[in-house]
Amino acid sequence: MALLALALGMPRLGPLFSALYPELDRPIYQQDSFVDLLLAHIAMVLGSSVPAVALGVGAGIALTRPWGREFRPLVETAVAIGQTFPPVAVLAVAAPLIGFGVRPALIALLLYGLLPILQGTLAGLATVPAASREAAQGLGMSTRGILWRIELPLAAPVILAGIRTSVIINIGTAAIASTVGAKTLGSPIIVGLSGFNSAYVIQGALLVGLLAIVADQAFERAARRLGHWRGAGTAV
Amino acid sequence: MPPFSQRKHDRVLLALTLLMLASLYAWPLLTWAPNRLLTGHALPWSRLANGWHPLLWLPGMLLLPAWALRPRRLVWLATALAAAALLAGLCGLAGAVAAEEAARTPFGRTSFGAAFWSMALLCWLTAAHCLTRLFPRHSSRSIAHLLLWAPLGLLLASGRMDELSVLKEYANRQDVFDDALWRHVQILLATLLPAIATGWPLGLLAFRRPALRQALFAVLNIIQTIPSIALFGLLIAPLAWLAQTSPWLARAGVGGIGMAPAVIALALYALLPIVRSMVAGLEQVPAAVVEAAAGMGLSQRQILLRVELPLALPVVLAGIRITAVQTVGMASVAALIGAGGFGAIMFQGLAGSALDLVLLGVIPVVALAVVLDALFSFFESLLEIRP
Amino acid sequence: MIEFSRVSKRYHGSLAVDALDLVVGEGQFTVLLGTSGSGKSTTLKMINRLVERDEGEIRFAGRDVRHFEPQDLRRRMGYAIQSVGLFPHWTVEKNIATVPQLLGWSYARTAARVHELMTMLQLDPGRFARRYPHQLSGGQQQRVGVARALAADPEILLMDEPFGALDPVTRAALQTEIGRIHRQTGRTVVMVTHDLDEALGLATHIVLMNQGRIEQQGTPLEILSGPASDFVRDFVGRSDIGIRLLALERVAQHTRTGEILPGEPLLSHNTLREALSAFVARRVDRLPVVDEQGCPAGTLHFSDLIDARHDAR
Ligand SMILES: Nc1ncnc2c1ncn2[C@@H]1O[C@H](COP(=O)(O)OP(=O)(O)O)[C@@H](O)[C@H]1O
Ligand SMILES: [Mg+2]
Repeated sequence: MALLALALGMPRLGPLFSALYPELDRPIYQQDSFVDLLLAHIAMVLGSSVPAVALGVGAGIALTRPWGREFRPLVETAVAIGQTFPPVAVLAVAAPLIGFGVRPALIALLLYGLLPILQGTLAGLATVPAASREAAQGLGMSTRGILWRIELPLAAPVILAGIRTSVIINIGTAAIASTVGAKTLGSPIIVGLSGFNSAYVIQGALLVGLLAIVADQAFERAARRLGHWRGAGTAV
Repeated sequence: MPPFSQRKHDRVLLALTLLMLASLYAWPLLTWAPNRLLTGHALPWSRLANGWHPLLWLPGMLLLPAWALRPRRLVWLATALAAAALLAGLCGLAGAVAAEEAARTPFGRTSFGAAFWSMALLCWLTAAHCLTRLFPRHSSRSIAHLLLWAPLGLLLASGRMDELSVLKEYANRQDVFDDALWRHVQILLATLLPAIATGWPLGLLAFRRPALRQALFAVLNIIQTIPSIALFGLLIAPLAWLAQTSPWLARAGVGGIGMAPAVIALALYALLPIVRSMVAGLEQVPAAVVEAAAGMGLSQRQILLRVELPLALPVVLAGIRITAVQTVGMASVAALIGAGGFGAIMFQGLAGSALDLVLLGVIPVVALAVVLDALFSFFESLLEIRP
Repeated sequence: MIEFSRVSKRYHGSLAVDALDLVVGEGQFTVLLGTSGSGKSTTLKMINRLVERDEGEIRFAGRDVRHFEPQDLRRRMGYAIQSVGLFPHWTVEKNIATVPQLLGWSYARTAARVHELMTMLQLDPGRFARRYPHQLSGGQQQRVGVARALAADPEILLMDEPFGALDPVTRAALQTEIGRIHRQTGRTVVMVTHDLDEALGLATHIVLMNQGRIEQQGTPLEILSGPASDFVRDFVGRSDIGIRLLALERVAQHTRTGEILPGEPLLSHNTLREALSAFVARRVDRLPVVDEQGCPAGTLHFSDLIDARHDAR
């Protein structure tokens, strides 16, 4: 709510910013409306995170099935290397290869966003008690039934934590994606930095920061709801 | 499904081999452009054929059937060596072709193509796969990796690859590069040292006082949530104001842009993993051990210094490793607020759409992160209690 | 009900179960007894095909178990294990309803059955039905585990050391419970344990296993009175402490009144240890009891003798 209000009301804050920065003749970023930027930003994060969730969770499941288990150490090694890549580096390499605009940003976000989700899925499935699995099998549940009704629900809190990390990183990286020509909430920041307009920078940074915090809170709430069966006291 | 040791062949190696073949088929190994600003096109295989060197086909011949052999130590060792040799061979080939092209057209640029990068990754994964099986202990594995990849470093240092585009770019901007390296390391140290100096005591305090812990983690979690570019941006205004009002701060280098906001923001980010690792490290010290120490008459201070901290050390060290890797990456974003470092080269390349320049910024950042990660992992593995 | 003929199972080339022949009779309480690693669990799991046999044949209800879909087979057999394996994200009632749901029972029928089972296992439905597993004690969890195994009225109940992780008091209570359920429902039960006393107290048929083979099988009395080998003698010998404890109690305390049997009676002031000797000497599992005046007082059951040892501890 506060986020939307800020996005809508930013133009109204013109007097405030001109008071803070009297030397600027255009104290409010006007190339695009903040609401448009916010929506574009959210669209980019969703556009990359939704496929990343599908791929990451899918791969995590595959790597814990009997036929895929052998590949797990290898993939974990690859993921560990991948995580030493800063997200901005993935973006920077993707742009000259794929071209500028939204596409390289989406691909970079998707690739990088995969890693925490995959890790979360693997870690989450590892928390499923072996006894629950054996009991489910012994009671006559099908393999698919065990996956959907036992393993995934039990792993869900940890998987969600992975998705949360991924989405928060992607919100930040999407802001930087304005350097490769995608319109996001990072645009005012980048324009402001290159044009020495600190007001633009603050406007963009406020919205990006707020978006991240709002998303994080939403995940927090979802996590609490998902983990209700564990009782109080979830880890930091 | 029979377990790995009983299987007659190695499906992982098979997959890696198939991926190698597919990437060689689908992508160019090397690309060539008439000058540094134009996009390159693939160099046809016929142009590469004169570099058809034993260092290339010998390991290739070894790797191709390796998956079908019964997994055992000799096969793993040979496969790891072959993978390393293949990568060295590819680098050598690339260097030789680049030198040849350079002799023909001086302004032409020979660059690594997509297949080279994927081959490099796949060779590394192949070797890692085999070394993991050969050396279950982490510390000996690290040394094996070092030995395996050392020849590659020698090849790079020998100058045989100097005509490749990235290295040409490096030669042209050596001073910029060296400055960026120095600056990046400076940012890293200026971030880590104060963050550790405050983070460790904070962690200790939080461990002893649960009420403080909750509040502290709530704040640090929020900071960690704010994207780096936003935090950099938000620090500009207050720091600029500070610099205006107290000129001695400005003289000390504090200002809205530059290193100061970068280091402050990065240190704030670094606090969470450092504090968390200290708390986690102390928490995993078995209560029985502390009780036994107290029972033997050690003072609380002695218990902390001789029992708790040493036992917490592996986790604390892992925290530093994670923080260092994270900081190296985030520091490259700090270039946007004028902090310099490899990020500056990266963004300059991005602005000019020059991939080689981008790579000149990206490769050392990744290399720095990998080296730090490996170094700290090695220290951690030395601390492992051997059964 | 279940017949093994020459069934073998290998792990990495070594035999875990070696050419096993075994018949599990309908309505019997069969206990697979033996030291750890003797192949009990493997034998049990081959019945519901959690483990696939390598050689031989296992028949259930007259047909090779391989002719069933594993899931159908398992839904007709209850299964309870030592680590319980309750689903932590489901409430007690949902856990118990697992198999009825898989079988597509109606909501009303499932709810009624859950209620019935919780009552039978002495879990107050009003208090426990909506709790999550982490809100239960170990004994309560295992009660839920047994209820879940019994939920869809399985033709046979398979249990792998179901009480192994419980404290002695809780364990004795659950043993009594399961014995009562067996007597009341006449359901076929196969249970794995390494606890001789548990086997003696519950089993109608004991299968003593060693290194994947059957050392001896028979009623508890047969095993106690006629050990077939040194191994059995040694294994049974370990029950000595319990037997000594029997000296502390009197027959009168365990006599079932109302049942009158012919034959030479025990005296109600005999110790249980003297009674045990009489059981073993005469190879019967129940004996008439008379009081000091010589009037018939009832009957002493062999199995009550075993329960007595738990009480004495
Ligand atoms: N999944 C398995 N993989 C390898 N060996 C096993 C496995 N399960 C059981 N074994 C081996 O088979 C033998 C019998 O095991 P088990 O049936 O579990 O014995 P018990 O239940 O009597 O303790 C043991 O030697 C055990 O090590
Ligand atoms: Mg067992």
